[in-house]
Amino acid sequence: MSRFLATPSSAALSRRGFLAATGALTLATTLSACGGDDTGGGAPAKRVSQADIDKAMKTPTELTFWTWVPNIDKEVALFRQKYPAIKIKVVNAGQGVAHYTKLRTALKAGSGAPDAVQIEYQAIPTFTITGSLLDLSPYGATALKNKFVDWTWGQVSGPKGEVWAIPQDTGPMGMLYRKDIFDQHKIDVPETWDEFAAAARKLHKADPDVYLTNLAANEAAAWHGLLWQAGARPYVTSGKSNIAIDVDAPASRMLGQFWGDLAKEGVIGTEPDFADSWYAALNKGKYATWITAAWGPAFLSGSAKATSGHWRAAPLPQWDSANPSSGNWGGSTTAVTKDSKNPIAAALFAQFLNSDPASAKMFATEQFFFPATKALLTDAEFVGSAPSFYGGQKVNQVFADVSSTLNSRFQWPPFLDQAATDWTETVGKSLADRTDTVRALGAWQSRLTAYAKTQGFTVTT
Amino acid sequence: MTATTAASAKGRRRDGPARPRRGGTRRRRSAGPLFVAPFMVLFLLLFLAPLGYAAYLSLFQERLIGGTAFVGFDNYVRALKDPQLLHGVGRVALFFAIQVPVMLVLALLFALALDSGLLRLARVIRLGIFIPYAVPSVVAALMWGYLYGRDFGPFAQMSRNLDLPVPDFLSDGWMLGSLANIVTWEFVGYNMIILYAALRTVPQELYEAAGMDGAGAWRIAWSIKLPALRSALQLTLLFSVIGSFQLFNEPNLLMKIAPDVISSSYTANLYAYSLAFTGNQVNYAATVSFLLGLVIVIASYAVLLTANRRRTA
Repeated sequence: MSRFLATPSSAALSRRGFLAATGALTLATTLSACGGDDTGGGAPAKRVSQADIDKAMKTPTELTFWTWVPNIDKEVALFRQKYPAIKIKVVNAGQGVAHYTKLRTALKAGSGAPDAVQIEYQAIPTFTITGSLLDLSPYGATALKNKFVDWTWGQVSGPKGEVWAIPQDTGPMGMLYRKDIFDQHKIDVPETWDEFAAAARKLHKADPDVYLTNLAANEAAAWHGLLWQAGARPYVTSGKSNIAIDVDAPASRMLGQFWGDLAKEGVIGTEPDFADSWYAALNKGKYATWITAAWGPAFLSGSAKATSGHWRAAPLPQWDSANPSSGNWGGSTTAVTKDSKNPIAAALFAQFLNSDPASAKMFATEQFFFPATKALLTDAEFVGSAPSFYGGQKVNQVFADVSSTLNSRFQWPPFLDQAATDWTETVGKSLADRTDTVRALGAWQSRLTAYAKTQGFTVTT
Repeated sequence: MTATTAASAKGRRRDGPARPRRGGTRRRRSAGPLFVAPFMVLFLLLFLAPLGYAAYLSLFQERLIGGTAFVGFDNYVRALKDPQLLHGVGRVALFFAIQVPVMLVLALLFALALDSGLLRLARVIRLGIFIPYAVPSVVAALMWGYLYGRDFGPFAQMSRNLDLPVPDFLSDGWMLGSLANIVTWEFVGYNMIILYAALRTVPQELYEAAGMDGAGAWRIAWSIKLPALRSALQLTLLFSVIGSFQLFNEPNLLMKIAPDVISSSYTANLYAYSLAFTGNQVNYAATVSFLLGLVIVIASYAVLLTANRRRTA
């Protein structure tokens, strides 16, 4: 979600920066979330002895850390207090795509790559497939498992118990809504998607200048989060080179039908998000809800100041009220590159940064990140904050409750950028053009399948 | 016979050495390459080497699974049949056909108007027309993106207040025109300066002579100024061919606000970029870039050829 802090213009600078600009998706997935590395498996890596760790942490070392997180020097300072021998050089190599492009280039060149690096959950498989990340399990990372929300751990671990990265922040999805607009038009907060659709029609009929929500036609990240909520499993990897791509499975078609109908009727907006016009629309009350993630409340209070006090938070509407669920959109992790000359120091840095109670809490209070640790999601101070922008509602509590409803089965493909671009040009375009969204899902499926085959994958559907 | 040889030998000596003589001339001759060397080194390193590397890359295919393999001309075969590439090239060709004439005619009119000496505040006007060129295209595209806005852009707001239909500059039908407008606004001043500079080199005596012969301002513009501008116009045309076919910045930036209209293969250059950085298909991206370069060479040549043919005709 760090990307959320991207300015609109920087977000606009890169085309694929949109994922960046909007954060990414994450998912809790089964253990196979990340394809195996190229060692071809075998026994899990051996533990590094405590003596070696102690020695390494006392040896003067300089680590390079690539991250776009603002003011992360504060968390880094906590690490330095504990390990004064280790210097950390923080480098902002850009956001999202720009950052990944530079990282990929440095890894390819075999020099210039950082020791530790910021990686969003959904980008992890992209880097494990090339064998670029260091397995942190020999450095004590396995012991941290229970500190983190279950689904986040699923996102960062591999099929043989590898730990590819340490979770930093998350983005379980929910709905922010304008209480004043709801009250004015006597609309109840929708608890199911059916109620949501009815409310969308009712509201737009009552006031043609207002829409219940905007489903951005360029926001593949949000769509993936909604797929996650619906229980879809669009990508399932097995082994290194097999992938099942099923982006137009029944759950996806249900989603396509639902949003496609609303877009075709013209009762929701489909404009690109995080663009000037979109900010203006949120400020001027064109949209009565924003379907967003747990980083959304802090982001919105900075971007729509004119509407302070009118917003409230609620869970996403449900497909099945008996089994509430949600998806994730955004959040990232800290990983260590395979080429790092200082694997012990870098691995301990990644772990400390995100699991040390003081450091993890600082991300919540300084950067307004939504936590990945169980401790913080039950931290009275964190969940008890009641910002006036939300009329004193405890919004963090709403999202903390949502966080426990995410399934851990969702997986990402090892070529997410392509999946996102193909989505925008098929499904997203159908929403914007008000054409057949279900058919567009088929186009997305065939484009992505063709791409995966070109890249040498064995594709099943 | 002997006489002639002697004479011709003498003559030859007088006219300059047929065979190199020892001494000064030899040294003077070997100095030439030395002066050219810095250019050649940079040319090799910064131009030919990357070009060669791109050509080399285009003969391989690197995959996420299975590594790199030599594929010969497979990438080229794929590219020539790739509808996304063909559409992209077709789109920039159309862009060129529409935008360049408009831009150059405007630049020509401005240059002639400034050169006529009839304008007040000529300097201010000249600077005003040129300033957009100094605005980075990133800023320009963001600014126009706001102006074109469907909801809160000034044109949309004005139309709404006047109860007129709201022009949707960012829709499928308008987008190419909207892009052409941005590019014209950016480069008309630049081309105007080139043409204006060419006009300033016309000797004043020509105008005086034409005046004596009774030619008016229009006649002078038509019979003296336009012919004098021929090579400058060719130059601006050449730059425009290259610029049009490489169109990238403006669509890349407007993509953010009109993702449903500008796809990742909207222009050929954007397509090459997307292939490399979204799809991780560096080899195919190199192929596409190479072919685009070829198209630009051919188009430039064709433009110059028609311009020259017109001159001789």
